[in-house]
Amino acid sequence: MRRVKVRLLCFAVLRDITGRAETELELADGTRARDVWQSLRAQHGQLAAYELPPMTAINESYASPDQLLRDGDELAFIPPVAGG
Amino acid sequence: MLSDSERDRYARHLILPELGERGQLALKRGSVLIIGAGGLGSPAAMYLAAAGVGRIGLVDFDVVDASNLHRQLLYGSSDVGRPKLEAARERLLDINGEIAIELHPFALMSDNALELFAKYDVVIDGTDNFPTRYLVSDACTLAGKPNVYGSIFRFEGQVSVFDDTRGPCYRCLYPTPPPPALVPNCAEAGVLGVLPGIIGSLQANEAIKLIAGIGEPLIGRLLLFDALALRFREVRVTKQRHEPVTHLIDYEGFCNPMDINVKELAERIGRGDSLTLLDVREPHEWNAGHLDNALHIPMQQVPARVEEVPRDAEIIVYCRMGGRSARVQQFLQEQGFANVRNLAGGMLAWQRDVDPTMKVV
Repeated sequence: MRRVKVRLLCFAVLRDITGRAETELELADGTRARDVWQSLRAQHGQLAAYELPPMTAINESYASPDQLLRDGDELAFIPPVAGG
Repeated sequence: MLSDSERDRYARHLILPELGERGQLALKRGSVLIIGAGGLGSPAAMYLAAAGVGRIGLVDFDVVDASNLHRQLLYGSSDVGRPKLEAARERLLDINGEIAIELHPFALMSDNALELFAKYDVVIDGTDNFPTRYLVSDACTLAGKPNVYGSIFRFEGQVSVFDDTRGPCYRCLYPTPPPPALVPNCAEAGVLGVLPGIIGSLQANEAIKLIAGIGEPLIGRLLLFDALALRFREVRVTKQRHEPVTHLIDYEGFCNPMDINVKELAERIGRGDSLTLLDVREPHEWNAGHLDNALHIPMQQVPARVEEVPRDAEIIVYCRMGGRSARVQQFLQEQGFANVRNLAGGMLAWQRDVDPTMKVV
């Protein structure tokens, strides 16, 4: 089966929870942004309460979690921060 | 018209063809309301004062704490213990005595925001919590004011300009607040002192552009800054569907739906509602004073003693300020407890708003 390479960027509290700012992923063709989120949730119990991904961007544009990922895409999950 | 002293003061602005006398006069006639005179509000207020924005309003009700000084450059060591706004006014008028500083020493609330926002051209969001960020966004939408948004976390910052008439608002980016369990408090998270200096200065930059009508405002773009990698990224954002903003709501309840406040709890105890009160403080705190009929399990022991907590009851978890109890609330929810609420503000709020004789250590 064809695989697609995607770079995953995590911001703010997600960076702390996953321990990484950037990760290179090899995914099955047909993977959507929300599938990547579900696998993060499965790996990190702290994300259990977060059913839907936070703000999602693909290639520096706001994107629906249902968007299909293509080879070379850069996927970003950007949770809100509130400090001032 | 600009006076001779203003021509001297703003000489390096006046020779910029993009700004010039027209832009400087626009700044002089302009007004900015800054919500929060802290890490972001400090550089924003100082640069706007220096730039000659004619009227600057500040909303804050805190006093200066020693732990503010590593990032809140409006204040010096001699200001510790003083109300922030008093110290801020002195500092800002020392930077520029030809402008007006207006102090609003109270919490921004749903019942005062619209009246306040109506008096200013631009709002700068420099608050430190989600309920107030949604309040600022909604109030700007309703009042038709641009919201120069900035927000920070540890080594990262976000900046954007929200203007509902021309682009997305905060709700387009974040239609629902994050789960409370994923919101670290500032004291736990920490922040690099120079970070709000960078982000707050960018907010001042955007406010100046909006008032002077120059450049390309950061509308429809979310700027992400990473101080460790020293990298700026940008995400393009368009208007998104979200709950329509028709009036201001209860933002505490919106962001923390499973919180209960002390007055509501006091009423429910008074009515004789069936509640299980769970005190998760340490023994010496419990011994100083606690709610009647509460169950006492210190936070660290909760996982081992979870069988003592009744599964079918409505549980109210409390501690001193609400932080430990929020963690226990999350733990119990993960264990399948369906109805666990956190007492907002904890025993300190109870002592302040319900029972002043309650001893809290």
